Amino acid sequence: MIENVNVSVHSGEFVLLTGPSGCGKTTLCRCLNGLIPNFYHGELLGELLVDGKTVASQLTSEVSRKVGYVFQNPENQLFALTVEKDIAFGPENLGLSREEIRRRVDWAMDATGTQGLKDLAPYELSGGQQQRVALAGVLAMEPSVIVLDEPTSFLDPRTAEGVVKAVDDLRQEHNVAVIVVEHRLDLVARFANRIVVMDRGKIVDDGKLGEVLDRDYERLSALGIGVPKVSLLWALLRGDNLVSGSLPTHVEEAAERLEKLVHS
Amino acid sequence: MHRLDPRAKFLLVISIVVTSLLFTSIYVMVALLALQLPLLLAGRVARRWVYSLRAGVFLSVIIFVVNLFTSSVYSAIALTLRFLVLLTTFSLFFMTTSPDDLGLAIDKIGFVRWLSRKWLGYPNALSFTFTTAVRLVPTLAADAQTVVDAQRSRGLELDKGNLFRRVRNYVPILIPLLLIAIRRSLELAEALESRGFPGKEGRVSLFELRLGRADYGLIMASLGGLSMSVWVFLHYHVPLV
Amino acid sequence: MGENGAGKTTLAKHLNGLLKPTEGNVLVDGEDTRKKSVAALSRKVGLVFQNPDHLLFSETVRDEVAFALRNFGYSNEIIQKQVSKTLEALDLIGYADTSPFLLSGGERKRAALAAVLAWEPDYLVLDEPTIGQDYLQKERLRDFILQLYSQGKAVVIISHDVEFVAEAGPEVVLMSKGRLLARGPADEILSNGDLVEEASLVKPQMARLFSQLGDGFPRDVVEVHRAKMLLENRLSQVKPAVPQGT
Repeated sequence: MIENVNVSVHSGEFVLLTGPSGCGKTTLCRCLNGLIPNFYHGELLGELLVDGKTVASQLTSEVSRKVGYVFQNPENQLFALTVEKDIAFGPENLGLSREEIRRRVDWAMDATGTQGLKDLAPYELSGGQQQRVALAGVLAMEPSVIVLDEPTSFLDPRTAEGVVKAVDDLRQEHNVAVIVVEHRLDLVARFANRIVVMDRGKIVDDGKLGEVLDRDYERLSALGIGVPKVSLLWALLRGDNLVSGSLPTHVEEAAERLEKLVHS
Repeated sequence: MHRLDPRAKFLLVISIVVTSLLFTSIYVMVALLALQLPLLLAGRVARRWVYSLRAGVFLSVIIFVVNLFTSSVYSAIALTLRFLVLLTTFSLFFMTTSPDDLGLAIDKIGFVRWLSRKWLGYPNALSFTFTTAVRLVPTLAADAQTVVDAQRSRGLELDKGNLFRRVRNYVPILIPLLLIAIRRSLELAEALESRGFPGKEGRVSLFELRLGRADYGLIMASLGGLSMSVWVFLHYHVPLV
Repeated sequence: MGENGAGKTTLAKHLNGLLKPTEGNVLVDGEDTRKKSVAALSRKVGLVFQNPDHLLFSETVRDEVAFALRNFGYSNEIIQKQVSKTLEALDLIGYADTSPFLLSGGERKRAALAAVLAWEPDYLVLDEPTIGQDYLQKERLRDFILQLYSQGKAVVIISHDVEFVAEAGPEVVLMSKGRLLARGPADEILSNGDLVEEASLVKPQMARLFSQLGDGFPRDVVEVHRAKMLLENRLSQVKPAVPQGT
């Protein structure tokens, strides 16, 4: 059960939603596209608005026009027998004309770099390829919000980086809002501009990533969230008064600042 | 062969099946088999066909032996050959038709759409059930292998013990597999809804089955062959041997 | 370590005889795996699969943990003892009589681990034990693994969680496309940019940081505390610069 959730997300934002196992982050995500209460039993008290319109009472199939969802397990979200057909699935369901479907499918494959995979079957793809195809399928519906639930769990680090970067590129080009659920912050810290932290069904922190990390890194670690190592390092050095300033959120930032100090 | 429309191919299957059921003649059966050989070769599935014949050996022998007792040797041979003709024609159909195309074809059949609407509420639901089932087969097969591996790694020995024990040993395989299949299906269903399934009534597919010249040719040949068989059946008696 | 599809799980399956080599041989305690059954080899080599759902089928967690012991033919007395011991060690004793299917994801992973540890194999192989675990759970896992190691067990972990491996500091074997790429201590291997790239991994944050800091710093730093000490030394040597505010 989650409660007291008061959040708004704006287009173009990259929100990192995090918290310990069982905190309710997936529950929250499922509310966002109508899976709760339509697919999972539950009551939704309160209002959920997307683009200013209430979605709570709509079927998931309706809400998915606005809110795209990429699931954690890459293989279980591809249902067609070929990649191309899978990507076309969403637009087909939207009742679009064949030309429009064709256009969207081509565009989505282009945007995710999956052109070369179009005739392959889902089980023939690697995990990273499957995630990209799932992303393409969601993109083809042209949603205004994309929710990704721990999309990198099953991927190796290099592939994971590629997928997250692709998501960020899309966000920048099309001004969609992106919500990524992840508890390994180092994978997304470079891209996220905002972080929302949940614990035991409630939101306990919400703000710019750098600020929240700086303020609350100890508490986040205690909750089981994987604070980036560079942030922890900086915090340790700061504790001994060897450096100052707020905690860097990713390696490049830390390296830049340390370089100046170390080579002065 | 693979590119022909499944509906045309199925008509061929029907005409062969009907012909083989109308006659009890060794000549006819051999002719039907011979007719399909070039098709098997054209579809490059000849080798797989031979393999499927091996699977049919057991039943063939039973059919032969049973008929040996109820009628003559020649009759037994003819009936066994009929079985092989049927086996071959269905194999030919399924080996040259991708599940994709099959799904698309099923989706076009008015009756299926009607049934689907009645049972499940949506016209494309039934054909979708079919393609999803096919799509899951390799995945679940891999899961099954993994479960077997995992349980063997805990000391489970599947090839030991009496019949009772062996059957019981399958419990640690079946339960996880069942649960995994259910879990996969649920996740698929979630993902489906999140992509707008079932969609609107007038839903258009990116790919469409279209009958080409070769298909019409096949349809005409099948209908021609079928009518010829019926005519021959009504006017002549084709000897058994 | 290696990319998805590098062959790590395939190699792991050779260790307990699930797969037998077509060329060359695999020796466990000097014995050729081709001459022994999987059941026999499993007594020595415990393989914990990535997805616990491939294992769990019993009515209670207790039964689940007892399963292998029963297969190996131990007496009821020993089974009871071992089951309780293992459940205690993995903090699952409270769930002993619960159905394994009612446990949460992380708990099921522990239950699967318990099911394999029950017979205390000398060699333990864990396939991606950190997937789906949060930071605290991973710390506990790391401590547990180090404890097993200190008890004299050999532990093989398959993982693509670079930070987890960096903190545990084991010997690392890199694979790519079915071949062995390299073998060496974690800090050496994980800080080697070429190797890491070929295996589709990324360098741990500390290694990336230090490679950008350039000369004067060792490259093979993967762990936060060592990084801190090195920086401490350097920063206290250098004259205090104008405080960097951000």
